[in-house]
Amino acid sequence: MSAAGAQGRAAPAVPGSPRLFGILDAALRYSPLLVLVAIWEGLGLSGLVSRQMLPDLGTILSEFWRMLVGGDLLYNTARSLSRSFSGLALAILVGLAAGLAMATARPARLLINPVVQIFYPMPKSALIPVVMIWLGLGDASKVLLIFLGCLLPVVVGAYNGARGVNPFLIWSARSLGAGRFEVLREVIVPAAMPEILNGCRTALAFSFILMVSSEFLIASDGVGYMISSLGDGGIYPAMFAVIFFVAAIGFAADRIYTAIMRRQLRWRNA
Amino acid sequence: MAGSAQNTAVPVGAEAKPAPPRSRLGRRRPGAFLDLSVQVGVVLALCLAWEAGARLGAINPFLLPPLTDVLARIGEDAASGAVFVDLGLTLYRALLGFFIAAVIGIPVGILMSRVAVVRWFFDPLLSVGFPMPKVAFLPIFILWFDIYDTSKVIMVAFSCFFPIAAATYAGTTGLDKWPIWSARSFGAKEVEILWEVNLPMALPQILTGLQVALPVGMITTVVTEMLMGGRGIGGSMIMAGRFADSVGVFAGIVEIVALGFLVVKSLELLRARLLAWHPETRR
Repeated sequence: MSAAGAQGRAAPAVPGSPRLFGILDAALRYSPLLVLVAIWEGLGLSGLVSRQMLPDLGTILSEFWRMLVGGDLLYNTARSLSRSFSGLALAILVGLAAGLAMATARPARLLINPVVQIFYPMPKSALIPVVMIWLGLGDASKVLLIFLGCLLPVVVGAYNGARGVNPFLIWSARSLGAGRFEVLREVIVPAAMPEILNGCRTALAFSFILMVSSEFLIASDGVGYMISSLGDGGIYPAMFAVIFFVAAIGFAADRIYTAIMRRQLRWRNA
Repeated sequence: MAGSAQNTAVPVGAEAKPAPPRSRLGRRRPGAFLDLSVQVGVVLALCLAWEAGARLGAINPFLLPPLTDVLARIGEDAASGAVFVDLGLTLYRALLGFFIAAVIGIPVGILMSRVAVVRWFFDPLLSVGFPMPKVAFLPIFILWFDIYDTSKVIMVAFSCFFPIAAATYAGTTGLDKWPIWSARSFGAKEVEILWEVNLPMALPQILTGLQVALPVGMITTVVTEMLMGGRGIGGSMIMAGRFADSVGVFAGIVEIVALGFLVVKSLELLRARLLAWHPETRR
């Protein structure tokens, strides 16, 4: 979340400045990544580290291109993303309902809060063997894992957001004749939106972590499986290519999400 | 108690903000004790339903072995010392990685807010590294540092570094200028200002960063252990899973729930301790 703040600061200073400057600005901003690339290549060329451990970037890129054109990479990416997004979508639906119910109805809070309290600090990756026992090695086990792992950040985000709503807003809406459900839809949810969206952002990050780690352990396709089987086979340039690709997807997903989030919250800053 | 129960449900990022106006639900009610007992009752009822469901055959005992069997297994393992070895190793790896990340990440964050070159170098790295799934890099660390503790700890440190450095950077930039100016006009040196003014003001956000990083570190530790095998709670659980020993898997879950709870609550207590002077604690 702080990284997003840093991002906003680096936006072009002049509003409406030509696109070219935006691109130049971004290029300049991300230039330190080139420094890392130079260090990587320098270390490789110097012979201090074996090329096995630090394959040169040309080879990595050509491996990437080969897998991309071959369709391997796209197929596995599609498999992985379908798992992570179905788990995440379920978690958002259920989590939102549970969090809002907790914030607005006392019985729901008394029932759900102890469960949240106990399971919130648990490292969710510990559930991998559990879902394996429950649902085997297929898609369902990974979707369940991602669902369970993403659920609590959404619940807590929705609960904190809805609980923090200024009660005067609720009272006003009530006194103007709004029903319970209308208050929820028209007042509480919009007011709680920033925290809800933040909870979902945490959940998005978790969905990627859990997707990759469950595919390392229990899968026969997907990007995580690709990484671990390439690593086991000793095909390191290809392994590096897939790892960097997965990192890039995670980064892109977060960027797209924050862009949508900013759009959704635009009315607040006006 | 209702108030404090709600405070502990929180996490991430929420604490650093000023207290939101109390809603109808947040007020301390005379029924607070009732609330607590109902919640304890819910937990007990769930445990009872677990036990009864498994014993009476409503649930396949392979999918969910009876709670008493699970507890008996934990008892056996505790008697042989295996529980303490597993939990101890997991805790050691998680905390060591977390600690290394804090020792590197906090100074990097502070330097970013003060030295332009450091900011130029690390700002893009943080904004790229913060959202990416760090766990994907695990095979690289295995390749570089082999499968023993070194690569596990480095992996944990790598995944904890980004939230800590980003939170410290955000916390130490854009501080209120007035306290800094006052300190300076009283003749404080730059180093004194850093220690006495800047850091205390940034402390809530730094702690929030640590509170984000610690669970991430625990998740990562468990995954590394599952992937590389050996002792540690993750390794034991994945072995139990592979041998279809469901009692062993659930014993692991109960243990890791306890460990996670302990670790996260300790950090919350530490926060309350360190921020005893801060308005957020006196709410």
